[in-house]
Amino acid sequence: MSSVPHAHDHDHAHGHDHAHGHGHDHDHGHGHGGGYGGIMRWITTTNHKDIGTLYLWFSFTMFMVGGVMAMAIRLELFSPGLQFFNPDLFNQFTTMHGLIMVFGAIMPAFVGFANWQIPMMIGAPDMAFARLNNWSFWLLPFAASLLVLSFFTPGGAPGVGWTMYAPLTVQMGMGMDLTIFAVHILGMSSILGSINIITTILNMRAPGMTLMRMPLFVWTWLITAYLLVAAMPVLAGAVTMTLTDRHFGTTFFNAAGGGDPVLYQHIFWFFGHPEVYIIALPAFGVISQVIPAFSRKPLFGYASMVYATSAIAIISFIVWAHHMYTVGMPVTGQLFFMYATMIIAVPTGVKVFNWVATMWKGSLTFETPMLFALGFLFLFTLGGFTGLVLSIVPVDIQLQDTYYVVAHFHYVMVAGALFSAFAGIYFWLPKWTGKMYDETLGKWHFWLTLIFFNMIFFVQHFLGLAGMPRRIPDYPLMFETWNKISSIGAFGFGLSQLLLLYVVLKCIRSGEPAPQKPWEGADSLEWTHLPTPVPYHTFETQPVLK
Amino acid sequence: MMSSQSVRRIFLLACALAAAAACGAAQALEWNLQPAASAMAAEIHDLHEYVMILVVVIFVGVFGFMFYACYAHRKSKGHVAAQFHENTTVEIIWTVIPAIILVAFAWPVTKVVIAQKDASAADITIKATGIQWKWDYEYIKGEGEGIHFVSTLGTPRDQIEDRAPKGEHYLLEVEPGTEVWVPIGKKVRILTTAADVVHAWWVPALGLKQDAIPGFIRDTWFRADKVGTYRGQCAELCGKEHGFMPIVVKVVSQEDYSKWVGDRKKAMLAAADDPSKTWTLPDLVARGEKVYAANCVACHQANGKGTPPAFPPLDGSKIATGAKAGHIDMVLNGKPNTAMQSFKQLNDTEIAAVITYERNSWSNKAGEVQPAEVKARRK
Repeated sequence: MSSVPHAHDHDHAHGHDHAHGHGHDHDHGHGHGGGYGGIMRWITTTNHKDIGTLYLWFSFTMFMVGGVMAMAIRLELFSPGLQFFNPDLFNQFTTMHGLIMVFGAIMPAFVGFANWQIPMMIGAPDMAFARLNNWSFWLLPFAASLLVLSFFTPGGAPGVGWTMYAPLTVQMGMGMDLTIFAVHILGMSSILGSINIITTILNMRAPGMTLMRMPLFVWTWLITAYLLVAAMPVLAGAVTMTLTDRHFGTTFFNAAGGGDPVLYQHIFWFFGHPEVYIIALPAFGVISQVIPAFSRKPLFGYASMVYATSAIAIISFIVWAHHMYTVGMPVTGQLFFMYATMIIAVPTGVKVFNWVATMWKGSLTFETPMLFALGFLFLFTLGGFTGLVLSIVPVDIQLQDTYYVVAHFHYVMVAGALFSAFAGIYFWLPKWTGKMYDETLGKWHFWLTLIFFNMIFFVQHFLGLAGMPRRIPDYPLMFETWNKISSIGAFGFGLSQLLLLYVVLKCIRSGEPAPQKPWEGADSLEWTHLPTPVPYHTFETQPVLK
Repeated sequence: MMSSQSVRRIFLLACALAAAAACGAAQALEWNLQPAASAMAAEIHDLHEYVMILVVVIFVGVFGFMFYACYAHRKSKGHVAAQFHENTTVEIIWTVIPAIILVAFAWPVTKVVIAQKDASAADITIKATGIQWKWDYEYIKGEGEGIHFVSTLGTPRDQIEDRAPKGEHYLLEVEPGTEVWVPIGKKVRILTTAADVVHAWWVPALGLKQDAIPGFIRDTWFRADKVGTYRGQCAELCGKEHGFMPIVVKVVSQEDYSKWVGDRKKAMLAAADDPSKTWTLPDLVARGEKVYAANCVACHQANGKGTPPAFPPLDGSKIATGAKAGHIDMVLNGKPNTAMQSFKQLNDTEIAAVITYERNSWSNKAGEVQPAEVKARRK
């Protein structure tokens, strides 16, 4: 996105007078990617903006790949009976759809935002470890290739679900091993990226940018980075034990050798629940930038938002077994995890109340970023409420592993994280590219996405309540109508996302030049202290905040 | 803002698509929990309703504020932004009140959780073992003790593969005679375990779901209060045929149950195969075809070609055309770390029949195996 020649003739806010245009070398010799052009620029780049761009395009590519799998799943589920895929391939699609969307699409999207925005928002010239940053990104295409390649190995990709429960994993072919290695590499990338983010935030803030003055997006990423460093090694451990159970005769998850299949689930969800917040917290951060900007009013409770985010992060480590109410844990275990899960609704409620209070008596306008933020607020809260329903042990025992759960987590992951990512893209696109996107098309993208999203997932609540299990390629006749509606919604949703691609490409090619601060109410450093488009290198002299 | 006309057009389009889809399906729309057939399921219904009321009230309240702000505090209406922020009183209120609501709600829930876990003092105990992809039932305590059968999907492959019209209980029916019968009003304890991977035993109308974990025994219970047939499915992804292992529970009166137990026991005695009987080749093949259809066809396919590499072909395979002993051992013991599990729960005659069928079908011509040969290789 940043490879576009600049069309502006701005005065640079902080007094550098060297040429900032892309494609030129700068006068003191730090051009793109150490002076390389073409593809080598992107392979060797250590610039946070280039790397952010790489993350975002990578994420979009994986979003398309995972999306095609989702549409294949919905195609098979359009009618009862097996029409298109055998059950084995169907399971492979559900597994890879989940892994690719979580690790390939959503997480890299927010790391892309972090790379672009954190240095600009805290007044730093770049990320703390520039080469490490390059390496964190370039691990990803290898991991993604392993995931996709697993389809072409004997036995195909693993058909075990993204949760990779033991001991089903032991029955899988070589594709399982490729997936395990892919998870290792993805984890490495996340940990390196997180260390970089933590170091940057703690050490490279501009004078006067105290922790409690940082934009909330930076706060949520600081906390998320700690979650990643704590949670990813746990997942690496779980899949490594799976690997040795498969090939080296260990029995971590095999009762015949003294192990326990349920142990895998505990380890996985000890990672898996914080993972939910690893995805949700940066999304909260984006929303906390967008809503005040379009309300023209400061965030209602900045400090309480920071505390609520921290509280959510800490509690997220003690609720994992609510994913496992049906494994047969003792009643005290069920009660503990139920109470802890209910408690997490309190800080989450604080956040929702804060966003609404921020809008209250503001001066609201509804450009595309704000529309996506409102879509997020409304639908994420709906997903939060179904989460509260699922926290109730007896109700969960009825709904566990049904389409109700599928609906619930897609409200949180798609209407939550993805809507927030869309809000962020439209919000910062003018800053990144120097051009305005097409507002009418952006709004079309929002409304199509909103309507088709609900068409897919709202009806899945009914399917789950009525008793349709998840991860089945074929279903009893009473579920046919809702499945048909859901499938039509899925095709519409998938096609609507091509509109995003078109809007972004159109913006880069032929958008109107954007002003330094296209959004009246935006107030963080990238809007107030940097020209549009942002120079390749920013804040070579730190801004001083009063 | 997008023109209201285009918004309406999209909405109408979506409605039209939804209506078209709704017309295409024959069955009535189900959109709530199935009618309860036990007190526990009824409790779950109530809890679900309470929490839904709570959630809807809060949702409408919070988003009432949001939509009112969207309407009244718009810039286009000339609303000027107030600049207030931080209000300790308000922030304490909206932290403490939800916490109080949750504590108040946790109390009735806790009582149900404790009751749901109490599987003690059961009248009848049934062990349900999940096996890829069927359920093995053993009545181990109470009236009916000793009854043992394996329950597989009753829906023919023709219906699944769209070659025949689908029946009323498509995918929710088991082979006739393999339903789990229980008497009304009695406390039935279900022990779950599994032979291979994790499965889950779930009957929505009875209000219970319990994972079946290989190597461990878990329990759950129900007390049905309505006569009827209740259907469920395996709820934990257990491999290729996960969607095809239904559970059917028939709740009957005490008299019907006692009669069923009597009939069942007589039938078991009569049906017991004599493993020392010598069979003719055509008889074995005919019997074996049925065993194959119930146990093997999902993976190895009706044409014996399998779906390689995970599920190898039998047609022309080394094992199915080679030494008898190797073939018998494979069926008896399975192959570790693959989907090929042990079928030792089948009796000697059934195993001999299915092996003979496999050795004399498609292009295979490798002679017969008698029950006595299977018996000899059992350990």
